[in-house]
Amino acid sequence: MTTTSSAQHTRRDFLYVATGAVAAVGAAAVVWPLISQMNPDASTIAAGAPIEVDLTPVAEGQDIKVFWRGKPIYISHRTKKQIDDARAVPVASLPDPETDQARVKEGHDQWLVVIGICTHLGCIPIAHEGAYDGFFCPCHGSVYDTSGRIRQGPAPLNLPIPPYAFVSDSKLKIG
Amino acid sequence: MSGPSTYQPSHPALQWFEKRLPLIGLIHSSFVAYPTPRNLNYWWTFGGILSMMLGVQIVTGVILAMHYTPHVDMAFNSVESIVRDVNYGWLLRYLHSNGASMFFIAVYIHMFRGLYYGSYKAPREVLWILGVIIYLLMMATGFMGYVLPWGQMSFWGATVITNLFSAIPYVGESIVTLLWGGYSVGNPTLNRFFSLHYLLPFVIAGVVVLHVWALHVAGQNNPAGVEPKTEKDMVPFTPYATIKDGFGMVCFMIFYAWFVFYIPNYLGDPDNYIQANPGVTPAHIVPEWYYLPFYAILRSIPSKLGGVIAMFSAIIVLAFLPWLDSAKTRSSKYRPLAKQFFWIFVVGSAASPRRASTSLPAAS
Ligand code: HEM
Ligand code: FES
Repeated sequence: MTTTSSAQHTRRDFLYVATGAVAAVGAAAVVWPLISQMNPDASTIAAGAPIEVDLTPVAEGQDIKVFWRGKPIYISHRTKKQIDDARAVPVASLPDPETDQARVKEGHDQWLVVIGICTHLGCIPIAHEGAYDGFFCPCHGSVYDTSGRIRQGPAPLNLPIPPYAFVSDSKLKIG
Repeated sequence: MSGPSTYQPSHPALQWFEKRLPLIGLIHSSFVAYPTPRNLNYWWTFGGILSMMLGVQIVTGVILAMHYTPHVDMAFNSVESIVRDVNYGWLLRYLHSNGASMFFIAVYIHMFRGLYYGSYKAPREVLWILGVIIYLLMMATGFMGYVLPWGQMSFWGATVITNLFSAIPYVGESIVTLLWGGYSVGNPTLNRFFSLHYLLPFVIAGVVVLHVWALHVAGQNNPAGVEPKTEKDMVPFTPYATIKDGFGMVCFMIFYAWFVFYIPNYLGDPDNYIQANPGVTPAHIVPEWYYLPFYAILRSIPSKLGGVIAMFSAIIVLAFLPWLDSAKTRSSKYRPLAKQFFWIFVVGSAASPRRASTSLPAAS
């Protein structure tokens, strides 16, 4: 084998670099679909459409669990005491400071709607358990209060609020 | 120590083949004539045992895949029907599920052997790092395999472990959605885990080839940790190592068979005989025993990101060991202090699962 190298840039060098650049763009264009196929597909997204929930059967002090996008959603009909407890704590003392008012819809203060997935590592907390009569996660012991805010344990954040709206006083639309 | 083979096949047909692809010569120089230190003890037989277990997992796994259905509605029942209906299906399934545990027992012994005798030190750093890569691939394979029977522990284990990635700032949530192929662990997750669980053991086999190649370049370490000086310190692989490895494999097989035939579910979790239910979390989510030391780290640190970082660091630090340990002496036989710390580490790792399975005090 013999190799010769020329000091000057030739037209051939240009063609090689141009071809390499096209190949790099092409490779990136191929990798994109290979990764993107992993994201939720059309049917999964369609099945994630909003759902409506009738609240009439939920008595005061009771909670129900519904599923939206495969995630459990807790809807709690809170008692006066539960609401007062949630509002009595100094917000600044909370690990993830948020007022109770900011976590419910005005005029529907008795309804707490949260995604029932522990913000630690995703277990489902149990309602009406734990030191604050809110939620308790059996996996690693995170305790949430009656506003779904984290109070104790390894979870870093409050239970998230799903997008929802009151269609009427007794009907909820989640999503 | 290895080099161009001097092997000459006697049969003309083999000679013809050898000229075109020197395969038999390669096998001869690697596993027959290859010189091994004469003072190797039984802790050195675990490499052979590990190769055997990889073979067992691949054979039983490929057969299980012929009867298994990767769908959330059918996976649990298909595994039950493997055990009840398929001819010898119970045997195949228990060989495979206990095989995973045996594989990890062997790999832990193999790794602790390396730690004790300083096998990670120069010139074996690449060999050691390839081992750490194999260990990581095994963890990923075992984790995804455990999801396949779609029991409660499968489902919740998958949920907890994939959620570890949500601790990554900014992009964590998107990564988790990408891993799930949905908004929670579901059918797309099960399907991709099956695909990868089938693939990864073959990737492991590829890295094992590199591992053995690197071993045969550097040569084996030995209990004294002193490089062999003369021919007299060595014996040929066959028959000496072949027989010793074979004896080790048979003893290990007896141990393995005891689990398969007498206590096949001892190392498993009874909750995994309940079909996955996304609405109910089992009272105690625990991974399989071989991940418990890492799970204990995760649970001991009361910060999510901190716990995840500590857990992954505990594995990654192994790859840096050759440079973290600057002692010239290899074997702990001649390092009294290292020896003490070694045993503290062994006992600590073995005791840590208690930390993982008892409840955390509700500390903030
Ligand atoms: C590195 C080697 C492997 C390891 C460590 C491993 C580990 C595991 C584990 C822990 C399980 C769950 C067992 C249970 O609880 O029932 C499993 C299941 C399964 N594995 Fe593997 N596996 C390996 C190789 C393979 C291969 C090569 C295949 C197929 C080509 C395979 C196919 C399957 C199937 C179909 C199941 C579901 C059936 C069942 O749960 O028993 N595995 N694997
Ligand atoms: S998942 Fe809830 S405390 Fe860890």
